[in-house]
Amino acid sequence: MSIRERLSGNEAVAHAMRQINPGVFAAFPITPSTEIPQYFAQYVADGAVDTEYVTVESEHSSMSTCIGAQAAGVRAVTATSSAGMAFMYEMLYVAASSRLPITLACVNRALTGPININNDHSDSMGARDSGWLQLYAENGQEAYDNFLQAMRIAETADVRLPIMICQDGFITSHAVENILLEEDAAVKAFVGDYTPRHTLLQGSAMAVGPYDTVAFCMEHKVQQAEAMKNAKRAILNVSADFEKTFGRKYGFFEAYRMEDAEVALVLIGSTAGTAKACVEGLREKGVKAGLIKLRVFRPFPAKELAAALSHVKAVAVMDKSEGNNGCGGPLYAETAAACYDLAHRPKMIDVVYGVAGRDCEVGDIERVYRHLLRIAETGEVGEKYIHMGVRTSEQEVL
Amino acid sequence: MTQNMVEIRWHGRGGQGTKTACLLLADAAFAAGKYVQGFPEYGPERMGAPITAYNRISDAVCTVHSNIYQPDYVVVVDESLLHTVDVTAGLKPEGAIVINSPKAPKALQPLLKGYAGRTYTIDARRISEAHLGGNFPNTPMLAAVVQVSKVLEVERFLADMTESFQHKFSTKPQVIKGNMNCLTESLKEVRAE
Repeated sequence: MSIRERLSGNEAVAHAMRQINPGVFAAFPITPSTEIPQYFAQYVADGAVDTEYVTVESEHSSMSTCIGAQAAGVRAVTATSSAGMAFMYEMLYVAASSRLPITLACVNRALTGPININNDHSDSMGARDSGWLQLYAENGQEAYDNFLQAMRIAETADVRLPIMICQDGFITSHAVENILLEEDAAVKAFVGDYTPRHTLLQGSAMAVGPYDTVAFCMEHKVQQAEAMKNAKRAILNVSADFEKTFGRKYGFFEAYRMEDAEVALVLIGSTAGTAKACVEGLREKGVKAGLIKLRVFRPFPAKELAAALSHVKAVAVMDKSEGNNGCGGPLYAETAAACYDLAHRPKMIDVVYGVAGRDCEVGDIERVYRHLLRIAETGEVGEKYIHMGVRTSEQEVL
Repeated sequence: MTQNMVEIRWHGRGGQGTKTACLLLADAAFAAGKYVQGFPEYGPERMGAPITAYNRISDAVCTVHSNIYQPDYVVVVDESLLHTVDVTAGLKPEGAIVINSPKAPKALQPLLKGYAGRTYTIDARRISEAHLGGNFPNTPMLAAVVQVSKVLEVERFLADMTESFQHKFSTKPQVIKGNMNCLTESLKEVRAE
């Protein structure tokens, strides 16, 4: 039986960690993820978990601790945000290339600078090529559910890659909302035990993170790339079992009112909820608006996403991080690439929004849909790389 | 957005417990079977800086994750904010504003930028000093907004708050009675004129 509760997103993730009872938690606090190690420290003090709680002096060390612990054969977790993730950057690559299924709770926050504590996706988007799996959440419920699924996905034999479970800093991490929690025993049964094939402590010789020569290094990187491809099947398998066990359905993305949609958004995270309210309002006025909320960004579900957009006339990809490439954000680049092989491609624009905590309300989303309707009607795309909600109005296209 | 959703915006200063009051209201509404949101808006955090917090309370799930720009109710936990923050911005005329002040609502009207809706005041400082021995205006303001908005049934609210305080103050039970007295007196002390 699910338990009706109200929790913030951070509390929900900490709760999931308690239920899973990992071997090691490497803790270094940074806003807005600080509450996760804070709540977990209480669980440790209360004896609610028997996790080794390692307080370190930096995020580089927290990820290093996770790498050591996971290589030794236990589940290792940590939590971070923004500059904290940037500081563990080198070790993110070491974790992925060492094929260690570490779980990281990423509470998305703008990456410096200028220094800013509020939400956007620039931290985890910066790590998109590090070899980590990335799942994103609309609300605390999804952050909790993704966390329960994370380890089984990451530990799948032909995957064995680390995974970050992302949610929007403050917007969901600090918002108290209704949530359905699962019972401890049911969670433990679902997540299961961790039985790594190779560990440092198993007796036979093993090296973690040694120098890799020209003769072999590329082969290892190709294996890693193959593992990322394999993760698609693992994600669908675990999601299907999660639905069977707990009744909540997940896939690569949520297609919301897409069946007959003529205009659609592709976006990630909490803004999806705001966009759903907007879609409902537009549908009442006869506008065929749809929404794709991407849950899985790594691996990128290119084929499935393209299929879902193939019948749409105009698409706005909403990037909550700047691409700094002069032509669009990362979600736009990958969505456009995914659609390239379609026989009939939708018109597509990139709307960069919500950077450094700039709020996005229902009316903002409606302006994007109205813009798409004009594109669909006239066939004229106009400016493809748009920043929304900027104070200097002359920059505002929408 | 659903017809019966109530949206509340809190204005306070860092250190006054505004976020706590906002989350306690979400707690009480949750206990009454509602769908709730309670969330603060973060800026540079420091004691005394203006802060904002928000509640959405509804019978149906609310998916919107933005700040609230057209609130049904506004709570002002610190009267001095009336001079510096546009507290009535977007406030619905059929809604109301509740201000922590010993003054009559009429006396504050000139500071409300022509707001035409109902205005209430409550002397949260006096009430909290009487029952809690210090200026903790958030508990009285919580009762005041429940009284004005009728978003929760009062008897049920008091019962749920007793439970909430028992949980919140499990390590210092001596303050529970004072907080409950604060709530019950505040429910009566909200002034419309």
